[in-house]
Amino acid sequence: MEPILEVKELTKDFGGLRALDRIDLKVHRGQIVALIGPNGAGKTTFFNCITGIYQPTKGEMLISPGGKEKKSLNGLKPNHVTKSGLARTFQNIRLFQNMTVLENVMIGRHCRMHAGIPGAVFRNPATMREEKQVVEDSYRLLEKIGLEQYVNEYAKNLPYGAQRRLEIARAMATEPFMLLLDEPAAGMNVKETKELDDLIVQICHQEKISILLIEHDMKLVMSLSDLIYVVDYGKKIAEGTPEEIKNNPDVIKAYLGEEVDA
Amino acid sequence: MFSFSEIKKSLLISLWFMFLTFPIMVIRVNTIYKTIEWRWDRMIMVGVGSFFLSFLWRFFIGKKETGKKKTDTGEVQQLTWIQRLTENKKIYLPSLVAISVFVVLFPFVFSMYQTNIMTTALIYVVVGLGLNIVVGLAGLLDLGYVAFYAVGAYTYALLNQHFGLGFWTVLPLGAAMGFMFGVILGFPVLRLRGDYLAIVTLGFGEIIRLILENWNAFSSGPSGIANIPRPGLFGLHLSLHQNIIYMYFIMIGLAIFTIFIVGRLQDSRLGRAWIALREDEVACQAMGIDKTRTKLSAFALGATWAGMGGVMFAAKTTFINPASFTIWESIIILCVVVIGGMGSVLGVICGAMVLILLPEYLRAFSEYRMLLFGAILVIMMVFRPEGIISNVRKTYKFEGLKDNNKDNS
Ligand SMILES: Nc1ncnc2c1ncn2[C@@H]1O[C@H](COP(=O)(O)OP(=O)(O)O)[C@@H](O)[C@H]1O
Ligand SMILES: [Mg+2]
Repeated sequence: MEPILEVKELTKDFGGLRALDRIDLKVHRGQIVALIGPNGAGKTTFFNCITGIYQPTKGEMLISPGGKEKKSLNGLKPNHVTKSGLARTFQNIRLFQNMTVLENVMIGRHCRMHAGIPGAVFRNPATMREEKQVVEDSYRLLEKIGLEQYVNEYAKNLPYGAQRRLEIARAMATEPFMLLLDEPAAGMNVKETKELDDLIVQICHQEKISILLIEHDMKLVMSLSDLIYVVDYGKKIAEGTPEEIKNNPDVIKAYLGEEVDA
Repeated sequence: MFSFSEIKKSLLISLWFMFLTFPIMVIRVNTIYKTIEWRWDRMIMVGVGSFFLSFLWRFFIGKKETGKKKTDTGEVQQLTWIQRLTENKKIYLPSLVAISVFVVLFPFVFSMYQTNIMTTALIYVVVGLGLNIVVGLAGLLDLGYVAFYAVGAYTYALLNQHFGLGFWTVLPLGAAMGFMFGVILGFPVLRLRGDYLAIVTLGFGEIIRLILENWNAFSSGPSGIANIPRPGLFGLHLSLHQNIIYMYFIMIGLAIFTIFIVGRLQDSRLGRAWIALREDEVACQAMGIDKTRTKLSAFALGATWAGMGGVMFAAKTTFINPASFTIWESIIILCVVVIGGMGSVLGVICGAMVLILLPEYLRAFSEYRMLLFGAILVIMMVFRPEGIISNVRKTYKFEGLKDNNKDNS
């Protein structure tokens, strides 16, 4: 079967610094794939290239949501990437702080809505229906993620773990076929991490959204992932199942070794 | 209460002020007798005055900080008085009626002069609400907004001069021209934000003014265009007095129209996108919002109201020249938005009333207008950075699912 995301030889230079060096990566439908590596390895840069925030220096990025035609992501603006079905969260939370939880999710629905300036001014029936629908859809999504008790709160007043979940909810509102999560468990306590673990499994299995995950929490990564890619200094040093990665000497040297000691 | 260090601080401040104001307040050259007068008594006044003012200042700062701590620890965020007011129908409806009655009777009760001032204030309400879209909602600091005001005014003046078009024909044209110029000037500045955007828009504002000033064949240059007709009423002949009242009501209508449209825009898919853009540009784009289109629409829709306001301005003053469209005008409109309360419709209305009416009624202080403006701005930014009426934006609330939907779930 065709991979839904295929990245070939992705390279990104920042001036003299090669942040990504010919990275290949594939995600298949229904998979949870993890991207791990020490700080500064280039993981976030990888996400930023795929989602159109950075333009890669070289390389190809292809999606094929239906499993048939391929579509290139090269040169697409971030909003077009999102519209094609790739949604992401950010390593350092980037919610709309002064909007309510509901409104944050409604913004996620934006690209699936149609009303323009005339609709806003005349409030024709189609627009009104759409507006009603978006509130309902957003609420249902919040229920799924388990944030319904915060629905009318401002995003800035949410506890930290809930903010991270809200970012996931907002990304899911864009109806993606694949979610890119950048360190979703960062700063979470054990209980919150466990809940996140369940949530990610639920998103993958029930919502049928594939997941590409950057994460430092090894327990989470090992328990969740079907496939793990390891990068260090912008280069891919290993790929394989959690078992293979655990026993890969290069990985242990570059990354896991420090973790096991600690 | 007044500790020694407090007194020392105030003493230092007063000394500093005495030193600063020394050249202008104390020394005076008497040109007739060619002598220098030393007005030491003034120095004492400055010293004592600044000493007490600094106490007052610190007292209020202290009060503000303790107040802030309270709201931080408090569980429920307190609603502002204005939110409580607008949500309580018992107060809201009667006050709306009272305001309407006052507004309708205003020109018949008060003098022509006052009606005229009110009309000016209403123009600022309209224009301020337009700028509020750009600055308050979309968070784009536009310092060249007056350019669109000028576009509207000159649209009317020129179309009337050359083609004899009347006010009512040009009003929508002025709006359209504003919109168009908003798009044209919006394009090059889309990549910029914050300070850079402010500086570039400031430049654009000046460019438009300089074009109007120097392109004599087109705009009659600095001497401006005179004899612009006031708005007509089905070809009836109106006396000056009647016309002023008529214009007042046109402006009331236009202001209500603006409030209505801007309110609807704000509570729409587009309005939400503007606010999200203000909150976080990167996240906004990553959520699938077209940054270019959203910014451009804010710019252009904001400019539309400036265009309309400009047409009205030209009709009201019957004479325009480039001197009416300086950067100072942009700043006043910006002050209306910032002091009133960014992003809040009611706030902008209050801001326009305060900023335009106060200086008119405080004519005695007209020389100190700038100073007063500066002082008000500084004081506002320190004590009430959110404006007179802060953020009464309607947030989307979830009120429960409808019954038929519950069945599905
Ligand atoms: N916008 C940028 N400009 C220059 N260097 C950058 C930029 N973004 C990231 N880098 C560099 O690229 C490298 C990879 O960073 P990043 O992708 O954030 O790592 P991580 O794997 O921790 O997410 C780092 O050395 C970082 O300093
Ligand atoms: Mg990172």
